[in-house]
Order: sequence, then C-alpha cells, then structure tokens
Amino acid sequence: MADWLERNVPRILLAPSFLIVLIFVYGFIAWTAWVSMTRSRLLPKYEIEGFIQYDRLFAAPRWDTAMNNLFIFGALFIVVSMMLGLLLAILLDQKIRIEGTLRTIYLYPMALSMIVTGTAWKWIMNPGLGIEAVVRGWGFESFVFDWVIDPDMAIYAIVVAAVWQASGFVMALFLAGLRSVDDEIIKAARVDGIPTWRIYSAIVIPSMAPVFLSAFIVLAHLAIKSFDLVIALTGGGPGYATDLPATYMYAMAFSRGDIGQAASSAMIMMAVVFAIVVPYLYSELRVKRG
Amino acid sequence: MAEPTSISFLPSRAGDVALRWLLFAVLALFALFYLMPLFVMITTSLKSLDEIRTGSLIALPERVTFEAWSTAWSSACSGIQCEGLRPYFWNSVALTVPAVALSTLLGAVNGYVIAQWRFRGANLIFSLMLFGCFIPFQVVLLPMARTLGFMGVAGTIPGLVLVHVIYGIGFTTLFFRNYYVTIPVELVKAAKVDGAGFFRIFWSIFMPLSLPILMVTVIWQFTQIWNDFLFGVSFSQAGTQPVTVALNNIVNSTTGVKEYNVNMAAAIIAAFPTLFVYAVAGKYFIRGLTAGSVKG
Amino acid sequence: MEAMLEVRDLDKNYGATEILKDVNVSAEPGGFLVLVGPSGCGKSTLLNCIAGLESISSGSIHIDGRDMTHVSPKDRNIAMVFQSYALYPTMSVAGNITFGMKVRGVDAATRASKLQDVARQLQIEQLLDRRPSQLSGGQRQRVAMGRALVRDPQLFLFDEPLSNLDAKLRVEMRLEIKKLHHDLGATMVYVTHDQIEAMTLATKIVVLKDGVVQQTGSPAEIYRRPANLFVADFMGSPAMNLIPARASREGSGTRIQIERADGAPVELIDTGNGDLPEDVILGLRPEDIAEAGFRSGHHVHEVKCLIDMVEPAGADTFVVSRLGGKQVTARLHSDTMARPGSTLDLVFDLDRVSYFAPDTGERLN
Repeated sequence: MADWLERNVPRILLAPSFLIVLIFVYGFIAWTAWVSMTRSRLLPKYEIEGFIQYDRLFAAPRWDTAMNNLFIFGALFIVVSMMLGLLLAILLDQKIRIEGTLRTIYLYPMALSMIVTGTAWKWIMNPGLGIEAVVRGWGFESFVFDWVIDPDMAIYAIVVAAVWQASGFVMALFLAGLRSVDDEIIKAARVDGIPTWRIYSAIVIPSMAPVFLSAFIVLAHLAIKSFDLVIALTGGGPGYATDLPATYMYAMAFSRGDIGQAASSAMIMMAVVFAIVVPYLYSELRVKRG
Repeated sequence: MAEPTSISFLPSRAGDVALRWLLFAVLALFALFYLMPLFVMITTSLKSLDEIRTGSLIALPERVTFEAWSTAWSSACSGIQCEGLRPYFWNSVALTVPAVALSTLLGAVNGYVIAQWRFRGANLIFSLMLFGCFIPFQVVLLPMARTLGFMGVAGTIPGLVLVHVIYGIGFTTLFFRNYYVTIPVELVKAAKVDGAGFFRIFWSIFMPLSLPILMVTVIWQFTQIWNDFLFGVSFSQAGTQPVTVALNNIVNSTTGVKEYNVNMAAAIIAAFPTLFVYAVAGKYFIRGLTAGSVKG
Repeated sequence: MEAMLEVRDLDKNYGATEILKDVNVSAEPGGFLVLVGPSGCGKSTLLNCIAGLESISSGSIHIDGRDMTHVSPKDRNIAMVFQSYALYPTMSVAGNITFGMKVRGVDAATRASKLQDVARQLQIEQLLDRRPSQLSGGQRQRVAMGRALVRDPQLFLFDEPLSNLDAKLRVEMRLEIKKLHHDLGATMVYVTHDQIEAMTLATKIVVLKDGVVQQTGSPAEIYRRPANLFVADFMGSPAMNLIPARASREGSGTRIQIERADGAPVELIDTGNGDLPEDVILGLRPEDIAEAGFRSGHHVHEVKCLIDMVEPAGADTFVVSRLGGKQVTARLHSDTMARPGSTLDLVFDLDRVSYFAPDTGERLN
C-alpha cells in the first residue's frame, strides 16, 4: 500500500488540477455549446433546437457591428503594434546607453489594468478639455479631435489606447528575438561588407519569423478578448458604435438576460480564437516533442 | 541568458553622428508618447476642478492640491454609494493574495510532476491545460456564474478567488513546467538513489532552485488578477467588487459633476500596486510576459 | 562464488518498442563489469533498470543474492554516478555528498567523519564549501564520485561518467577509477560507448546492440575472439579488417581466396581452420598484418600489396591497401619505408584470424 502510494504520488497530485481543467474548461465549453443550441432566454433551457441562436446572432445588426469592429480594431491594433514594436526594437538595439530606462518607459503600460488605460485615454481624448483643447490653445482654433464621441471614429480611439498599452510588449518580444540571432552570422555578413540595413532586412528579420508569429498570436488573442478597454473608454458607445463581440456577449449575458445569444456569441468568439491559436499550439507542441 | 550582443550602426564617420542624434530624438519622442498619459494622470489628479476647466491638459498644476486623492480614496461616489476606492482596494487585496498563492503553489506542483515525473498521459494533460490558457473567458462566464451559485459563493470574494485559481493554473503550470523541464532528469534519479522521495526532492532540491520562476509566476499572477475586470464585474456584487470594477463605476457614474481630478487619482490608486511591482521587479515581469510566447 | 549482480532474462518495453531483449548479465564480487555499445543500444536503460530507476517488463534482478526486481532504488544498496554528474545545484559540495546520509537519518558526527574520509580520498577537501557551479568539470566529476563513495554500497553504477570531460582529463580520471576499484575491491557496473574505456577498465565486458547482448567475456576474449561481425567492428581502433573471401577445402585446412582489383586473387592456406562454408568474411586486426620480416610463425603468409595511403600516428604507422573490395589497414612500425603508390610485402598472421558468416555475421571458428 505504501509502495503503491509512493509510486502514484505524482498522478494523485496532478489529478485535482486535471479534473478542474476538465470540468471548468472543457465541461463549461460543452455547456455553453449546448445552451447555444437552445431557446434559452433569462434561464437556460436544455432542449436542443438547432442553430436558431446563431441565426438570430447573424441577423442582429449589433452583432454585425461588433464583428466589423473586431476586424477593424484587430487588424489595426495588430499591424500598428507590430510595426511600432519592431521599429522601437531596432532603434533600441543600436547600443543605446540608456536602453534599460527607455525599455522600462516603453513597457510600463503593460503593467496597467485596461480599465486604468481606458480611463486615462478617455480623459486625454476628452473633446472639451483634452488634446483638442490643447491644440486649439496653440492657435489652431478649428482643430477637432472628438473620436471618443464620434460613432465613425470611436473605434480608432480604442486602437490608439490599445496600441499605447501593448506596443512596448511587442518591442520587448522583438528585442529578445533580435538578440537571439546567431552572432556569427552577423559577423560573417559584416566581413562580407553587407550594409547594416541589409543585414536587418535580409538576415535578421527573416530569421525572426517565429517571433512575429508569437507576437501575432498574443496580439490577436488580446484583440479578441478585448473587453475592459472598450468598457472603460467608450462603454461600447456612442450607441453600439464600439461594441466588440466581448461586450456584446457580456451585455446579452448580464444586462439583457438573453443567455442563448450570450452563449452563441461566446462560441463564435472561441471559434475565432481557436482558428488562430490551434494551428500555432499544435506546431509548438510538435516542435517541443520532436 | 548571457548578455546579448546587438547589431548596431557603428558611427564610423562624422556624418553618422547626425544619424545618432536623430536616433536619440526619435527614441525620446516615443518616450514622451508613452509617458504622456501618466504625466497627464498625475498632474490632473493634483489640480482643482476649476484649474482643470480653465487650464491646459498638459500644464503643470499651478496650485497643488491632494483633495482629489482623498476624495478618490474615501468618498468618491459610484452610483449610490460614496465610500471611495478604499473598501474595493482592500477587496482586491483580499482576493489577489490567496488567489496568487494558491495558483502558484498548484502550478509549481503540477509543473514539477509534468516535467520531472513523466508518466503516460502527463503530456496530454499538459496540452489540455495549456489549451485552457487560450480560451476566451466569455465561453465559461455563464456556466461559472451558475456554478458559483450552486456552491453558494456567488458574489463573494472566496468565489472570485476560486475563479482566478481555476483559470490561473494553466499559466502557472506552464511557467513551472517550462522551467523544470530544463533541469536534467538525472537530478531526480540521483536523489532517488540517495533515498529521497517525491516531496523531499521537491522541497530540498527543486524549491531552492525555483526562486526566479517563483518571482515570475507570482508577479504574473498578481498583475493578471489585480488588473482583472471581466471576472470581477461578472461575479461580484455591491460590496465585494474589486478595485478595477469600482474605478470604472466611479468614472462612469452619471450622478453629479464629472470630477476628472478624482477619476485620475482613483486610476492611479488602482494602478499603483502593479506599477510598483513593475518598478521594483520589472525584469521578472518582462520574463513572464515573454515566457508564454517565445519558444525555448 | 555467488554473483554480486545477476540480471536474468530481462525484457524492457516502452509500449510496443522493445528496448532490451532477454538480457542476462552478471558481475562477480569485486568485478568491474562494463556495458558497452553504440548510442541507443539500451545500455543506459539497462543500468537504470539495475538501479531501479526504471521498471522492467519481465525477468529479475538480484543483488548479492537478494531479489531486487521490485525494490525501490534507495533500498538496493547501490550508488550511482551520472553522465551530467547530477550535482544538486543549490547545495555545497559537502551538502551534495552528505544529502543521502541526511535523508537516511545518519547522525551529524558520522556524516562529518565520512565526509572527511571521502574528501581526503578524492582530494577535494578544499572544495567542500563551494557550489557545483564554481567547480571545473574534473572537480564536479570527483564530487559525483564522492557522493557515491560515501554510501559505501554493494554496487557502484557508472553511467558514462567521463564523457563530458576533455580528452586529457578523461584519461586521468579513467586511471583514477581503475585505482579506486583496485583499492576498494568493490563491484562496479560501468556504462560507456567508448570501447577503449571498456577495454582498459573492465574485468568483464558485455557488448550490446539494439537491446540484445552480443557477447560477454573478458576484454581479451572480446578483442581476440569477437562473437560476430558487429563486435569485431565495434571493438578496437582502427577497426578489425573484414575482408570478403572464398574458402575451399585444402587437406585438413582451408584455402582462402581474396579478390583484388589490380591483379590475381590472393591465396592463403589456413591449416588451422577447416570446415568453413564457401563464402566467408575474414577478420584480421591491423596489428596482425605486419611488414615482411617483422613477424614469424607457422601461419604467416606473405602478400604483395599496393599501398594507397600512409598515416603516421607517432608510435605506429598505418598503411592502407585494398583487398577483396575493402580497405585493409595494417599497423606497421613507425620507421617503415612504405610510400603511397609503391608495393610492399605484408604478412598476414592467420594464427589470429577470425572467420564470420556473411549472412548471419556469426563467428565461424
């Protein structure tokens, strides 16, 4: 008995976590998937009715706006963060003496809650007292910067705040990537007389493909889960102008009492995440085993 | 990691010196971009409402006042209650400390088992856990709300602790597993021959080795849980809300005049713990950020 | 005399993969048993099974007459030295050496005195307070040995302990292990892929390939009378010459014919071996081929060979010729006059010859 216990201690210790994950991740996903196929409203019902919730979802203009916003926001957020992050990483990689300080400054927003970020940017972009007022104060009387209250522009205000928060993190990823490039390859290129910008464009950046992929995955993941920032910055408004799938789901679940819609929108969100993450994880795990 | 080498534009000619200055100028400009919101938050929080209405966003306060800070801490209104951030700040402390401790401990044990006591199926379990890190939490919100209700902890701080522990163990396990997997398995073998068992090996050999990854994990979990909003807003009720939720309520409270200085002070208070940790242990924070996303 | 270690009919499978097949190995008290083979042959797995660090699928393991098959490592009365040394990184040298005693509840005074004994024996007294990271490779090796010595076990297990050292240190430590074995009179089981280590250290060698024991014997037996082509090729450097040849009856002996590209076949008469099949592979160690005039005996045969290459190696010079479609290497004196492109009379010492069946690879004589 003691012998059996000794041999099975590792399994016994891992078992609770395994069970937790099984129930609270996979079981819950299954529950949500199930409910998304029912007529649940305020309370869940368990009779499968097919894809009615998804039909309703795809017919809802508010969901349409949310998905459109996700693509605009996601695309801009990812592209701008990556470009800014790469630029900063390359600039910081030039043997700057105060690199440590600058890195700290560029990265600190990542330590903040998105609610804090949203609150700060909401104030900065306040049309009456924020940047608009500052620029007008400089003599540009007709300057307008009212993105947070303009239904067509509000989503870009969220992009600005999100980029501010996450681009430093992308920089850190790229900086680590730049420095993991084999030193001897760079020396060889130097000896061959290849100019610095060509070393970057032809050798260093192509060899960082895995880092680009990682950054993309993390950013895409952040974009799809974005919820706090929208709530704090625009509250999803004006109207539904800045709704994202995450805020839509939350509204359906907790203020509109429409569990069926909440479940089906959550499932779509998961499908989008999985479409991006699963191939990545699969290749990661395979590489690690091989 | 060894001190990395960088690839630089070495200034070989006088003309390159100008390039060097341009480089510094660009870097400084970006530093301003990142610092500006913090600067605005701090200066605004130290101004009176009058000065905010008449002065410029980016001007330093003419007359420094800490009124907004005391309002934010103890009497700012969110909806009907006017007790400031204080009770909610302590809510966050009360939920973050046990949640961080528990999830880190579980992660350490899981990582140790998965990396060093490999058994058939351990890798599958790890893959399943890893997967759990990536799901959008919206997909578990509804069943979680009902489960917390069944368990009788809906709207309580222990309920929130439970939620954070459950959805934190994926990451904490990942951190510890990836750290322990770099330690040669021969170490465990040697200790077994020396007569040590599972717990003795963990305690005498692995724990003393784990300080760096412990720091990374604790800081990561602390930042995640302190900054969380989604779980906080979904699973708390009046009185048990964490500080992020309270901050949002104060800022978006529709009653009375908008007190921007109070909002900014409240935002800084809510951000202070994580900013402080970042300032004193930024190295570990960055390592945590990159640990989940860079190979190796 | 009863064996100190006895492994009987051991099988080890990972799922459907057979790692070890029907392994029988034994070590006499005070013996030095070396398990040798190429990487992936299962030798380290076998050692881990002996230590109890891996379970076995069937068979049994006895240590000092006791069945240890299902006994946990700590109760097998063994000590083990690992390839990576596996020193506990956060403990000092002294902590590393005494950890096992501490776990077993040995009192502090005994621990201290044993530590001193071992430290003196291995000349690491001045290192006791250091951390493993502050030690050189050779010093780490000594500490790992110390951790094993202090246990005073019935059986020492070594898993390629020298493979992380540079060439010079490796030779030094090899000697030291041999001396230790001599002084302690302990039973040791030693895993290596290095056939020179195997030859110099062992009192008994077990050659493994693909989880199957190829041959068990003293170093001289393994070297002189390899059981099959694999052992012949694996043990010895440069490797044994293995030349395809045709055999036919010649009185009570055998006529051996070896084809060659640049002239008539070579013919040798082996009066010592009869009853060979028609196709054989003839094995001769490089040192059993000499320059004419330097070797005599009944079975010495002179052959004129075209020299392709000459490799001076200090004490010896290796010359390479071509027979039966294979490169044939001879170990000659360093003052040989052989030059590439010239012909040289070489003598083949058939007293030392091995014959193998080309299809099964088994030894024929």
